[in-house]
Amino acid sequence: MLDLLWLIPALPCAGFVVLVMVGSRLSRPIAASLGVISVGLSAAVALLVGVDFIWFWPENIYAQRLWTWIAVDRFTPAIGFSLDALSLVMILVVSVVGFLILLYSAGFMIRSEGYSRFFAYMNLFVGSMLTLVMADNLLLLYLGWEGVGLCSYLLIGFWYSDPANGRAAIKAFIVTRVGDASMAVGIFLIFVSLGTLQIQDAVQRAQITWAVGSGTAIAASALLLGGALGKSAQLPLQTWLPDAMAGPTPVSALIHAATMVTAGVYLIARTHVLFTLAPPVLTAIAVIGAITLLIAGVSALTQHDIKRVLAYSTISQVGYMFLALGVGAWSAAVFHFVTHACFKALLFLCAGVVIQGLDEEHNMFKMGGLRRLIPGTFWCFLVGAASLSALPIVTAGFYSKDLILMEAWSSQAGGGWLWLAGLAGAFLTSMYAFRMVFLTFFGEAKATFHKRADITMKIPLVILSALSIVTGLIETPRSLGNITFFSDFMESVLPELPARALNAAVEISVPLASVIGLYLAYLLFLRRRGWTERISGTPAGSLLHAYWFSGWGFDWLYDRLIVMPFVRAANWNKEDVIDLGYGAIAWVSTVSSMALALTQTGKIRWYAAAIALGALLFMGIVVLG
Amino acid sequence: MGQIPTEHGLILAGLLFILGLVGLLVRRNVIFMLLAVEIMLNAAGLAFVAAGARWNQPDGQVMFIFVLTMAAAEVSVGLALVLLLYQEFKTLDADAASRLRD
Repeated sequence: MLDLLWLIPALPCAGFVVLVMVGSRLSRPIAASLGVISVGLSAAVALLVGVDFIWFWPENIYAQRLWTWIAVDRFTPAIGFSLDALSLVMILVVSVVGFLILLYSAGFMIRSEGYSRFFAYMNLFVGSMLTLVMADNLLLLYLGWEGVGLCSYLLIGFWYSDPANGRAAIKAFIVTRVGDASMAVGIFLIFVSLGTLQIQDAVQRAQITWAVGSGTAIAASALLLGGALGKSAQLPLQTWLPDAMAGPTPVSALIHAATMVTAGVYLIARTHVLFTLAPPVLTAIAVIGAITLLIAGVSALTQHDIKRVLAYSTISQVGYMFLALGVGAWSAAVFHFVTHACFKALLFLCAGVVIQGLDEEHNMFKMGGLRRLIPGTFWCFLVGAASLSALPIVTAGFYSKDLILMEAWSSQAGGGWLWLAGLAGAFLTSMYAFRMVFLTFFGEAKATFHKRADITMKIPLVILSALSIVTGLIETPRSLGNITFFSDFMESVLPELPARALNAAVEISVPLASVIGLYLAYLLFLRRRGWTERISGTPAGSLLHAYWFSGWGFDWLYDRLIVMPFVRAANWNKEDVIDLGYGAIAWVSTVSSMALALTQTGKIRWYAAAIALGALLFMGIVVLG
Repeated sequence: MGQIPTEHGLILAGLLFILGLVGLLVRRNVIFMLLAVEIMLNAAGLAFVAAGARWNQPDGQVMFIFVLTMAAAEVSVGLALVLLLYQEFKTLDADAASRLRD
């Protein structure tokens, strides 16, 4: 069964090829089923392979080398896939959640133009992400990485007739490109220093060659971190993600839940040995994660647009994953990735139902009272929001977030401040999550609801709701059952932290923070709306609101710091300074050609005289010289 | 017959060549220009022959036969062009046929 591994990325890619070639000639149901089924089959193969790998494969890793991609001297990257616990988890999440999102899109996009184009891009997106997580060498990983970036560009700008969408797409592409360039240099450095791009070999050689804290180790891991920051939308490259909401809602779900933003988390987890050789970089990851999760959490609290709230919440949750990675809690980060994929996909898909039903209304303040109109979507959204805000015991998000915070507390690299930041983040998370719920689904109805979800949209919602609850049960804290299935499974790839004694106050603080956040959201956004208006009505309050609403002014800063100087330099250089040199050459030859043209009299005797003179000249040179 | 010194032959050839060149430059009639070219060719041929005699080699005379052949071909093409020139311009003045200037 394991030799079917290559089919997992190949099926979505094949679906992409077929859809691109003949998609426009296919009818809508056929195009949709082609896209959905190819990813569905890929998910099925992934499940079969996973079962086979867990129960019947004796080793920790299964490698499949298809063919040599390039062969230049020692540089021989292959098209090869490797399967271990980490990639298996990634594959399962990407293919299953991807399949559910595609199934939902079949109903969601039914009235949109470019139906088959949409499925082609989505298939390529899933295919690229699967290539990324299965690649056994860094070059193939980079191929998937760039494929994901390309698809995000194509899909964010899917409705390209609006220039704003095109701008958002370009912004996403360029900002992630900054990170990608850094990552490419990192890969070059690894190849030059270690002589291989095979991830397993590189990791083993690095442990021998690089000393802990040596310059090369720090440079290489910092460069890889740059790539991860770009893709995962962490500080300071987070600005593209809120604008990426320009794409269709299923695209946002796919970018946020299964693909793209988690690529950075995967990259760091995959090469975590390199990072452990560079402790300062690890500390930087933890600090960046902590700051990002706070900044994004506060921004999420001020947004009007339901999708932008979710976007900032993704930045914040990925910040948690980075925090976990930074303190060395690798498997906790991957665990949070799994639960986050489920509940964030669920939240986006529910938001899609709401937005579509209200005629593309994104503003939460114009919604309200939807609880009675679409009870099914309401309950699904409630499950997602509860999981996002880590409500204790019943939600998956609780177990993963709790694990991260506990490890942040107990790890050698962690500490009180990181833990406190995470705790504040948990409080913010449940506050903005339930602000969203209360504004959208409670209160009096302000708009009429037009389009209800059809069956292909309902099934994914129900499955994802179930997943948002039960995936937490694969790993529970010691005080609650002490199930360690997930971390045991990951241990072959990602070493566990030595456990440290926890005190009860730490254990109780996460559920407490999320419940307090919920209650505060209830007070401020449902019970006593006047309070909120009074706070944001004061000059300081409105200023702070505007500042947070704009995402802490990062866009403004980057505009001033990078975009505007660049535009000014481009304007100044409109005449192309360097071209002046080439222009001079052209000018000289034009002028001399005009001068020489004067000698062209058409009189043959002049020509003969010129020839004679020339001959005389050369003879003189030869004789005298 | 006594031996003619090589220098004499070469000087004669040089004089003939200059004569031909001057003729080519000063005459405006195309036929005379062709004649002048013939003189120059023959001057070159004479130089070959004189040089061949100096080294006791037949090569100089062989080259002269080549020059003759080439001259015959040149004259046949040249005369054909002269005929066409006359038909076009009704004159044999080379300066009148200066349309290639532009």
